[in-house]
Amino acid sequence: MSSVICRDISVSYPAQKAPSLKEWALRRNTGLKPFRALDGVSLSLEPGEAFGIIGGNGAGKSTLLRVIAGIIPPSEGEVITRGVLAPIIELGTGFDGELSGRENILFNGSLLGRSRAFMRRCEEEIIDFSGIADFIDAPLRTYSTGMIARLAFAIATTVEAEIVLLDEVLAVGDAAFREKCEERIRRFHETGATIMLVSHDLTSVREVCERAAWIDHGRMITIGDANEVVDAYERGLHALPPPAVVHV
Amino acid sequence: MSIALERDVRPVHRYFAGQKTRFVQEWREILQSGHLLYNLVHRDLTVRYKRSVLGAAWTLLHPLLLTGILVLVFSHIFRFDIEHYEVYLLAGLLPWTFFAQTTVSSMAATAWNGPLMKRVRVPKSIFTLSTAISGVINLVISYVPLVLIMLLRGVPFRPAMLFLPVSIAILAVFTFGLSLALSTVSIYFVDVREMFAVALTAVMYLTPIIWPLKIVPPKFQVVVRANPMYYLIEMVRIPIHAGILPSGTLLSVGIALALTALLVGWLAFRRMSAGFYPHL
Repeated sequence: MSSVICRDISVSYPAQKAPSLKEWALRRNTGLKPFRALDGVSLSLEPGEAFGIIGGNGAGKSTLLRVIAGIIPPSEGEVITRGVLAPIIELGTGFDGELSGRENILFNGSLLGRSRAFMRRCEEEIIDFSGIADFIDAPLRTYSTGMIARLAFAIATTVEAEIVLLDEVLAVGDAAFREKCEERIRRFHETGATIMLVSHDLTSVREVCERAAWIDHGRMITIGDANEVVDAYERGLHALPPPAVVHV
Repeated sequence: MSIALERDVRPVHRYFAGQKTRFVQEWREILQSGHLLYNLVHRDLTVRYKRSVLGAAWTLLHPLLLTGILVLVFSHIFRFDIEHYEVYLLAGLLPWTFFAQTTVSSMAATAWNGPLMKRVRVPKSIFTLSTAISGVINLVISYVPLVLIMLLRGVPFRPAMLFLPVSIAILAVFTFGLSLALSTVSIYFVDVREMFAVALTAVMYLTPIIWPLKIVPPKFQVVVRANPMYYLIEMVRIPIHAGILPSGTLLSVGIALALTALLVGWLAFRRMSAGFYPHL
């Protein structure tokens, strides 16, 4: 049984959000066309598969991940997921600056559906992995961005999950930490979890994923073997007209 | 072969176009997010005073100081002919403060946690619920200074006070329902927050909280009785200040208001919560 099935998913947003009653009343009849963030995307992932999603900014990659995570309701189509899901969509979600690192571990775990008792058991492993033991009882507002990212990644990947959604999370941290992150992703892979990786880093998509999809303007361009899709994407990039060079 | 025969125990989630938020589904998700609810309430109660020197003592000091000021103003400058004015005042002011703070903070909490709702699937009414729960806890704590004042002034404790949990529960359900409607609508229309804050001040002065109902001439009392907050506040105040149980009328109006607010809140939430995403 597939772990993730998307059938003909589309997501449309109203053209303009109405920030006030007055504007809402005034814009009511302007008839602006809704914006389509995703347009008829279908795919199916098997357990244990690592799948990459590539494409330019605003192509709809993150929207797709959020639809699968149940965060954005699809405007058309249907999503079915089987398995405990860990969305790692932007590190540091739900962190509270006033709480200490340790308290944030418990809080963040509960966002991923984990009990305080479970998080207490994982606490040492998380602190150890993030390498910030000296600051763990200080309020989070005193942390550097890098420290927050390390802690967040450690929490997100310590929980056990059958479907892991990763959105651009490899872009944080220094080289050594990044190495540790890739190690963790490989470990998820080995335990038979389904991994969905959104990344601009084409090398890591080639290394981690077996299959991939290229999305552009909400539409699926190609889907298939990761190397072939990345090749096609790179050819597509170079086929674009070169940027105009201004000679001074 | 044996693998294929094993029962699939993986949790299944299905999201499709036009899916409506169901009442049972939402509550099941809230129960499943019990740890998150606990953590949200815990954070509400602790973070609030984390950087202040006196800490949680402010929960007790705030109503005491406020009462001190109001007693000074209203029993020395404007005089109301009412026995144990300070008890009357505090017994009405505490439930009002709970109502006002919970409604306003639930709108803020839902908006504040927008970034969170954009990144994790959480039952969206959980922020209103956690605000209401921490509001009730704060309300219960704030009865401590009232008991102190009653002891100091020799106001008798009557058995009717045992009814207080029921009154508070009815007020809490009303407050939760209204908060759910307000926080849902205010995600779309931020103006609602400002409008409601102004309305809140007006309603506070229109409700007999700092003044007694009897100063209103009988033929105008119907105006006061048209105000829902009159029933809800009186229901919580009367067992303490008068030492008697709320009347049948008071209770039935209170319960009807609570259920109506819950229904309106849920219908607004059901209709509008699926479209939150681009507004968060």
